[in-house]
Amino acid sequence: MATDPIHQFQISKWIPIEIGGLDFSFTNASAFMVATVAGAGAFLFLTTSSRGLVPGRLQSISEMAYEFIASMLRDAAGSHGMRFFPFVFSLFMFVLVANLLGMFPYFFTVTSHVIVTFALAILVIGTVLVYGFWKHGFGFLKLFVPDGVPGVLMPLVVAIEVVSFLSRPVSLSVRLFANMLAGHITLKVFAGFVTSLGAFGVAGAAGAVLPLAMTVALTGLEFLVAFLQAYVFAVLTCMYLNDALHPGH
Amino acid sequence: MFVTPGFAQETPPALDEAHTVEDTDHGGGGFPPFQTETYPSQLLWLAITFGLFYLFLKRVALPRIAGILEVRRDRIAQDLDEAARMKDEADAAVAAYEQELAEARRKAGGIAQEARDSAKTEAEAERRKVEEALDAKLKDAEGRIADIKATALADVGVIAEETAGAIVGELVGGEVDKKALAAAVKAARQ
Repeated sequence: MATDPIHQFQISKWIPIEIGGLDFSFTNASAFMVATVAGAGAFLFLTTSSRGLVPGRLQSISEMAYEFIASMLRDAAGSHGMRFFPFVFSLFMFVLVANLLGMFPYFFTVTSHVIVTFALAILVIGTVLVYGFWKHGFGFLKLFVPDGVPGVLMPLVVAIEVVSFLSRPVSLSVRLFANMLAGHITLKVFAGFVTSLGAFGVAGAAGAVLPLAMTVALTGLEFLVAFLQAYVFAVLTCMYLNDALHPGH
Repeated sequence: MFVTPGFAQETPPALDEAHTVEDTDHGGGGFPPFQTETYPSQLLWLAITFGLFYLFLKRVALPRIAGILEVRRDRIAQDLDEAARMKDEADAAVAAYEQELAEARRKAGGIAQEARDSAKTEAEAERRKVEEALDAKLKDAEGRIADIKATALADVGVIAEETAGAIVGELVGGEVDKKALAAAVKAARQ
């Protein structure tokens, strides 16, 4: 059980709650969602509480995160896109902090469950659809009709555009989910080699150096992936929101 | 399609053996992210936590950070204006200073010239005085030399008389009239 690489994704009930035949228990996943939100919120709140004109290190981190997402959104969706800034910032911080919390040994990784990432992706696509139709009406459908395409090819191109639009929530959620899942499984497998080789005496311990080095390297890689996937999620969100704001392009 | 049924046959017994302890804990087997019975709980708690997070950021955290950045931007602009104003002031001060410096230099040049002139006239007066004193001394000395010369010349007459008297006395013998001797010497010297 200790070396089972899947066990870390197991959900266990902490406080059983059942409403209308559905299981809404407070689980370890719920606890880490709360921890993610509380940690990120407290960090942003406490580091900026001094409102220093000259920022300290921690305040700089909060300000850099703010300006990083703000410039990303402004570049992708223009200044009109800034109305979605709290949304994109929340998504980025949530995914980033959930990914980073998951890097602690024995911690649960919220984003390693496809339902969570899929819910976030649906939230993004839902926002795009609702805002797009509310702002542009049926003009939003121009999104599926690119300019300058010959009439003969139009049905094919529109079909491709529709499929690509429909596949967005899937690709957005599976990318994040699969990256976190695969990374944690790989890490666990290599770390498991270290302990199982270590049980075979001196020769085994000497051989365990290799998977140990691999585990160290993978840990570094996973920190990169944790940041990169949050970044990718936020960038794609910005680009999809740009479609909602400017469907003609 | 070919693989899945194979899995479906194999997996349940394997889980029963290896995961009996966990299965009692968590209920239901299979790959955890695909255990659909956990979905309602995850969705509900995600909605609660993410919703609260979104509201908190939108209402509290992000306006605060925006405020900090805004204040800083204003402050920097204000400081730049202040710096520009101070630079103008400094430039004016430098110009005034340079003007004063030029004036002072001109004044100093005048004073130096005056001092040089007065020193020159003083030196000239001193020199003249010294020259006059030297002239007086020279004249004095010349007078004394003339006196000594006259005395010496007078002495030459007496010596000549004596010598002539002695020579004549030696040559002729006997006394020689001194008056006649003196007259002769005088006549010879002229």
